[in-house]
Formats: sequence, C-alpha cells, structure tokens
Amino acid sequence: MTTPAEPALTPELVAKHGLTADEYARIKSILGREPNFTELGIFSVMWSEHCSYKNSRKELRKFPTTGDRVLVKAGEENAGVIDIGDGWAVAFKMESHNHPSAVEPFQGAATGVGGIIRDIFTMGARPVFSLNSLRFGPITAPAHLDKNGGEAAKQKLSTLNPQLSTSPVATNRRLFAGVVSGIAHYGNCIGIPTIGGEIYFDESYDGNPLVNVFCLGILKHEQIARGAAKGVGNPVFYVGAETGRDGLAGAAFASRDLTEESKEDRPAVQVGDPFREKLLLEACLELLATDAVAGIQDMGAAGLTCSTCETASRGGTGVEIDLAKVPQRETGMTPYEIMLSESQERMLIIVKKGHEKTVCDIFAKWDLPYAEVGVVKDDGMMRVLNHGKVVAEIPARQLADEAPLYDREAKAKPTPPQLDLAKLPVTEGHAALLALLAHPTIASKNWVYRQYDHTVRAGTVTLPGSDAAVFLVREANKLLAATSDCNGLYCALDPRQGARIAIAEAARNLACAGATPLAVTDNLNFGNPYKPENFWQLRECVEGLAEGCRAFDAPVTGGNVSLYNESPAGSIDPTPTVGMVGLIEDERHVTVSYFQSPGDAIVLVGGFGDELGASHYLKVIHGLKVGPVPKLDFARERSIHDAILGLIKSHMVKSAHDLSEGGLGVALAECILAHPNPPTSPLGAIIDLGQTGLRADQLLFNETQGRIVLSIKPTDVATVIMLLELRGVPARRIGTVGGNFLKITADGESFAWPIAELRTAWYDSIAKAMHE
Amino acid sequence: MGVTTDYVWHKDTSLAGYDLVILPGGFSYGDYLRCGAIARFSPIMQAVKEYAASGKLLLGICNGFQILCEAGLLPGALIRNRSLHFVCQHQFVRVENVTNPFLHLARTGVALRIPIAHGEGSYVADAATVRKLERENRVLLRYVDTGGAATDTANPNGSLSGIAGIVNERRNVFGLMPHPERACDPRLGSSDGRIIFESILASLGAIRADEAGAAPTTSRSLT
Repeated sequence: MTTPAEPALTPELVAKHGLTADEYARIKSILGREPNFTELGIFSVMWSEHCSYKNSRKELRKFPTTGDRVLVKAGEENAGVIDIGDGWAVAFKMESHNHPSAVEPFQGAATGVGGIIRDIFTMGARPVFSLNSLRFGPITAPAHLDKNGGEAAKQKLSTLNPQLSTSPVATNRRLFAGVVSGIAHYGNCIGIPTIGGEIYFDESYDGNPLVNVFCLGILKHEQIARGAAKGVGNPVFYVGAETGRDGLAGAAFASRDLTEESKEDRPAVQVGDPFREKLLLEACLELLATDAVAGIQDMGAAGLTCSTCETASRGGTGVEIDLAKVPQRETGMTPYEIMLSESQERMLIIVKKGHEKTVCDIFAKWDLPYAEVGVVKDDGMMRVLNHGKVVAEIPARQLADEAPLYDREAKAKPTPPQLDLAKLPVTEGHAALLALLAHPTIASKNWVYRQYDHTVRAGTVTLPGSDAAVFLVREANKLLAATSDCNGLYCALDPRQGARIAIAEAARNLACAGATPLAVTDNLNFGNPYKPENFWQLRECVEGLAEGCRAFDAPVTGGNVSLYNESPAGSIDPTPTVGMVGLIEDERHVTVSYFQSPGDAIVLVGGFGDELGASHYLKVIHGLKVGPVPKLDFARERSIHDAILGLIKSHMVKSAHDLSEGGLGVALAECILAHPNPPTSPLGAIIDLGQTGLRADQLLFNETQGRIVLSIKPTDVATVIMLLELRGVPARRIGTVGGNFLKITADGESFAWPIAELRTAWYDSIAKAMHE
Repeated sequence: MGVTTDYVWHKDTSLAGYDLVILPGGFSYGDYLRCGAIARFSPIMQAVKEYAASGKLLLGICNGFQILCEAGLLPGALIRNRSLHFVCQHQFVRVENVTNPFLHLARTGVALRIPIAHGEGSYVADAATVRKLERENRVLLRYVDTGGAATDTANPNGSLSGIAGIVNERRNVFGLMPHPERACDPRLGSSDGRIIFESILASLGAIRADEAGAAPTTSRSLT
C-alpha cells in the first residue's frame, strides 16, 4: 500500500511526528497493522494537542455548556450557537494563532482571522464582527520609578531571546506591528469590522506573543448548518482555493514549544487571501440558503484530513475521497502533502445527491474552484485514494474522537511573594498616574484600532475604547455587546482567582454597557503541559472559569486551547482569555464608559477598596509582580451588576466604567479622556474622597474588584444612591464632571492634572513607542 | 429611505433603467495591484462609462472613488496614506460647494462628521489639475478639524489641499473617500451622511427638497 517514494517508518520518524511509542502502538492496534507514511502524518496531526485536546479535554469537561439559550453545544460543531430571541441566533468563538504569529506575525495573525471567520460561516451564520485579544512582550523600556526594580527588569529583558540580534523591545514592536497589520489586512479586506478587544504587554510574552481572535455571526434558527457527512451515497465536494504546500502540518507545529529552530518552521505558516475568503463566504451562504447541503466543514487545522474524518465521525458514516480530483496549486504533491496541507480558504461540502448542479453553478458564479472528490460510505472508514489507489484507510471515529486522553501531573506552584505595604516606598501620586496612563497595557489603543476598519457594515454603536463594544445587527434588529478580558498577571500569581476575575470583569464590562451576559467563549493559553506546574495552572484556571460561568449563568459555547506557549526564557503567564457576549434589550440602554456632560455627578460604586497586591501600580511603578490577587465574591459582584443594569434600565446612568488595571485613578482619567467626539466644554472632574485613612497610592491605584464609576444627573444622586444601597451595594458621590483638570483631594492631600497632560500620556504613548 | 435598489453583478453589461449608480466601498478584486486597478476592467465598467457620459448621476465611495479615478471618469489618483497605515476614524469634512446634485441641500461651509476607512486615500494630481478643480469649484469636500479649519494635522491621509471628494466637469460624477452610508443612523453616532443621499434623491425628483431632513443635527455651522 505504500508508494515507493515514501520513507520507511522508523522510531525516529514516529518521534519526529510528535507521537509517543504508546500512541504509535495504539495506532497499530486501531489499524491492525503498521501505518504507512501518509497515515502516520494523518494520525500525527489529528492527535496533536491542537486537534485532539488530548492533554486538556478532561479538564474542559468541567465547563458548564448547557442553558436555555444554547442551540448548539460546545464541541458539537465548529462553533456554539446561542438563541437571541425572535428566531435569531448568534454563533461565536475565539481561536488562537499564537505560534504562527511568533514566526511570521503578519500572515500568522491574518490567517488566524481567516480561520475563525470560516468557523462561523461554516455554521450557516453571516459573520458580523470580530474582536481580538493580544499579548506581547514590552514595547517600551521599563518605566519603573524606583531604580532597583527597573534595573532588574532591564537586565532580565536583555537576557531574553539572546538569539536575536535586535533587542527584545525591538522584536516585540516588530511582532506587535506585524500582528496588528495582519489582522487589519484580513479583516478590512473581507469587510468584517474589528470592533474591540484588549492588549497586554508583559515580559512573559517575550518571543511568544498571543494572538486570540474572535468572530461572531448571525443566523436564523433554521439556518444552522452541520458538519456531518450524512446520507450514504451523497457526493463530497471540495470548494475554495487550490491546495498547495503551505501550512504543512501546522496543527502539529502549534503543538510544540517555540524554539530557536522554530524559524525553520516558517513554511508551516499559511498564507491568507481575504478576497478569496470573501468569495467563499458569499458562495457558501448562498449555497446554504438552498436545499442542497447535507453537511459542511471548513478546512482549518489539519485541512483535508480533519474535515473528512470529522464529518464522517459526526455522521456515523465513512468518507472516501480521491486526491487526484483535489484542485492543486502545485504539481507533484504527494498524498502526505495534500492531506496535511493547511492551505487557506477551503471547505468540504457533503451535497445531497441530485443537487450537484446547484453547487457547481454557485461556485462557478463566484469564480471559485470546486470539485466532486468523493462519496459518503457506510463503512465508518476514512479512505483516501490517489488515482483510484488506496493510500490511507483509517476508521474515522477512532481517528477523530479517540485520541488518547491524558491526565498530566499537576503540581501547585509555590505561593508567590506577597506585598508588604509597610516596606513599599510611597511614590508621588502625580507622576505615578501619568506613568500608568502611558504604560502600553493601559494607554489608549487608538494606534491599533484606527488601523482596523471598525465601522464597515454600518452597525458599530459603541466605538472601540469603551468597556464593551456594542454592535447593531440590522437584519435581526438586535443590539449585542461583546468584550474580551484576562489579566495574566492575576493568573500568574493565583490562576484560579485570576480566571474567576476574568469572567467577573467581562460580565462587569457588559453590565456597564447595558447588556446581560449570554454566553462565553474561551481561549486557554498556557505553557507546555508536560511541566506539572503548567498543568496545574491550566486545571486551576479551567475550574476558576467554570465557577465564574455558573455564577453569571453564562455557559461556555466553545473555544480553543493553545499549549506549549514557551520561549527560551520560559512559560508565558497563564492566560485564559474570556470572550463574553451580551444582549442589550433596548437601544436606550446602550451605555458608554466616558463622561458625557459637565455638571454631572460622579458616583463611585463598590467602595474605595484597599488591595494593592497584583496591581499594575506595583508592576509598572515598582517593578513588582507580587500578590495577593484581589478577593472576589461572586454574589456581591452579581448584585452590583444587577444593580447597575437596573439603574441603566431606569435611564439614570449617563456613563458607567468599571475599575480594572490602575484602579480608581486610571478609571477616572479614562472617563475624562475616552470620549470619541467630546462636547466643546471640557469633561474634567473635581473629586473629593474625604478621609479614607489609606495611603494615597493605595487609594488611587488599588484593584479591589466589583467597583464602577458612574456619571449621573445631579438631580438623580439621592435616588441612585438609595437604590444601590437597597441592594446592599455601597455607593457615594465623589465629585462632579467639568473643567480642564482632573483634581483629586483625599485625606488632606490634593493632586491636579491638566487634561492635556493626561491626554498626551494616555493617547499618544503607543504611537510614540512605535515610531521611535 | 424608501428607494428600490439592486446589486448589479460585475459581469453584467447593462445599467439600463437606473437613475443612480453607486460604486460602493470595499476591496474589489483584492486590490493586490493597486486599488481599483483591476476593477476598472470589469465587464460592467463599459456600461458605467456610457452611463456617466449620458449625464446620469454616478457616486463613487472610497474604493468606488478609486475605481472612478482609475477608469478616467475623475481626474487624479488615490495613493497610500501618508502614515502608511490604514486609517479608520470619524472625520470632519467641510462642504465646499453646493451647486451640484449631490450636496445642494447642504450649506457651504458646514462640517459633516463622517467615518473614513481606507489605506489608499491620499488624493494626488498634477498642480494644474488641482488648480483647475479649485478654480471650477469642483472640490466638494475637504478634510477639516473639529473647528472646521483645513489644517495639515486634520488631514488624515496627506491628500493634496485636504481634498476628500471631487466632482467631474459636468457635475454628475462624484467621488469621495468618506463613507456617508455609515453616517445615516443617529444610533451610530452621526447621521451627517444623509444629506448627500437626500440631495441626490431630491435631484432625481424622488423626494421633494422640502421633504428631506433638516440640516444634520450634529454638524457644525461655520459661517
């Protein structure tokens, strides 16, 4: 059965395919014989972490995945589907393209966007907007005001990535610029707005950036498409771009540590063509609107291999294809190469027999290649022919769904160092706020989102830069809010608590926008799971996310796991990114984060707080990554969100902004600065916090959870405070909107920053770093 | 706005029966070579040229503007933004002239807040062409700051003279980089773009001028 050109299978070759001796033995027992080279390749990609979740699947089962609104559950199909009422539904999902982006940032990020968009229209949904969640190493030299911390961090930086001739900061800027333009290129060209997201910069992501992309699509309930090869005898069509040698075994590449040699894996990164995908999207949606399709599956990771065995497995059938019929961009490709190619913009479609002409007509109209390549069989086999000769024959279900599952060893990390406040030097508050606002993690991301077309499709209600993006889906007349959140610093210091907070913050962002959470997609980014401490972080984070999802009645609809995020300097901070989508009932409930009118009263909900541990103040100003991570009480958190939503629905909230990195000081500055079209009279603020008994830095920059800054009409103050206190939520008026300054008085001390000074620090900082 | 519209397929060859043709924004043919460079060879473009020659109204938005320039229906060209980055933002543009079918309901000097979203929007032409455009009042929209001044910092892409939109000599072909169709719904932060569509419909007799909306609510009068 082997073709003459194929290499002989040796233990070395098996190991090179990332398969263990036990896994190879299992393959032999499934086949009842030795695999050939093509089959070995097929098993290696399907049983990679990227496709099989073999090291994480047991953990993922801990997520709540059911709910009244769930129409398609996590794991059933390419993306989960959630009911949003009136016969409409949304399909959404987040996926990572970390490894490709590390070696080729532009194409790595671009094809990540292309892949997630395909996942969405494969479900029969029209993609309507995207988000992204990005992590990079620092793009500026440390700004620590205390010398020692700064020096230590600088030294650490200079020892990272010694193989690179340029400094890590220069490399990080190159990666950041490349990823942003890759996302912009693909999203802008295909005409799907990128309306929000988040970006953090931290040393742990040096050389291993995270690129997590999210897409949401809209569909009617009856339009849900399935990725199952139903109907024995139905023809199997290949549609979309021709297959080439790009992206060979990308899934397997993504399931290894990044090393110096990773650069040689550059051919494992695919090249994207957003215009082809636009045609594919329109052709597929046009086809799905007919009655011709029995099943549809995109060719993403593991390409033709994954789509054939998964559709057969889901359909309880077999699929037989002949590679000679597959449209090919290059000559002389071997079966191994065709099966493992991850060329972009391709789909597999199971067509109802007799409807072949419909498919041909539609794809011819859109100038896309198409070919009938095979047929659905009843024998449960994935059978691959080449010019009629069998080159691979594997039981589909065992290949797709019965990869070995592992319980990796988990070992708790030692408790991280804890803050000793008495020993922390007091930093001058004025300079500290400016330094925090200028830190790229906190600074305005306008340099990024101005490169994304965020207004195409004419539905963006709340522009990037508020707590959550809000989008009007015109065809359904529904307002959706979406956010992505994850503080990796919290997760590094206390993974369970960090994950719980990620969910709480996402829900809080939605509440501030006037939305009720619907569901969650997650992207679990961790280091090598064979390191027990990494696996422990994964387990803790999954359990923390699961607790959070239950607390907010937001089931997980799917997502992605990205392990092996390692660079020569070590594992990344654990980063379980949360994408949460919410529904806004009425357009009058849409609320933004920034102040609206001078004279409005400013109300702080949730108290002054006092937890400085794990704060960005400690990290940015003192160079300290120390605990404890702030406490979180889901019941308290939920009552705050419900209370805020209640006020919004009573039309008493003019703006609502949650406190996160940088605490009250940063939140107030953002309320002043973030208005995209400010009125002519300035929106500064006069704040009086009275006697708090706290140190100024502790008061201004602590990150105690469950806190929100509101601006309301002065005549509503008494009512708002009464309504909040009735629900047991502490609230007090702390000041008034207006003037050219942010002025804060507390415990007899006063700080004042001109708006222009705050704006320069916050608005221009990333552009400045990138143009240095 | 209560008007019947159709998409016309790029392989079609006739525009018979239409009162207004819009070449919308987007990325025609991937725009790998140069924006609009391939699109101008679409089979439908011959019909577009004949349609324009007949004096009927033709509007090109963003990529549509680029295609009109590539096709020679408007003078000049649109090149890579000065910043070398794609730029998407709400932008003020000042109405420079209203004696045309596309803006006759607006007032000269009014600044409209309309989104832009392009990577190649820097308008260039030889000096004589720009002088001619200015002399003949064919620059219809110019990039300005929030105060209505056409400063260099308000120019988002490096266009010559801050040019955001121009009309042909016969005043029936209008090309502009901003996206007025994205500024037609107050829920999206601006409905300033409606004045263009209302002007066109009034010109066509589809609605009477006095039925069109009043001056846009968020625009700033500069006179």
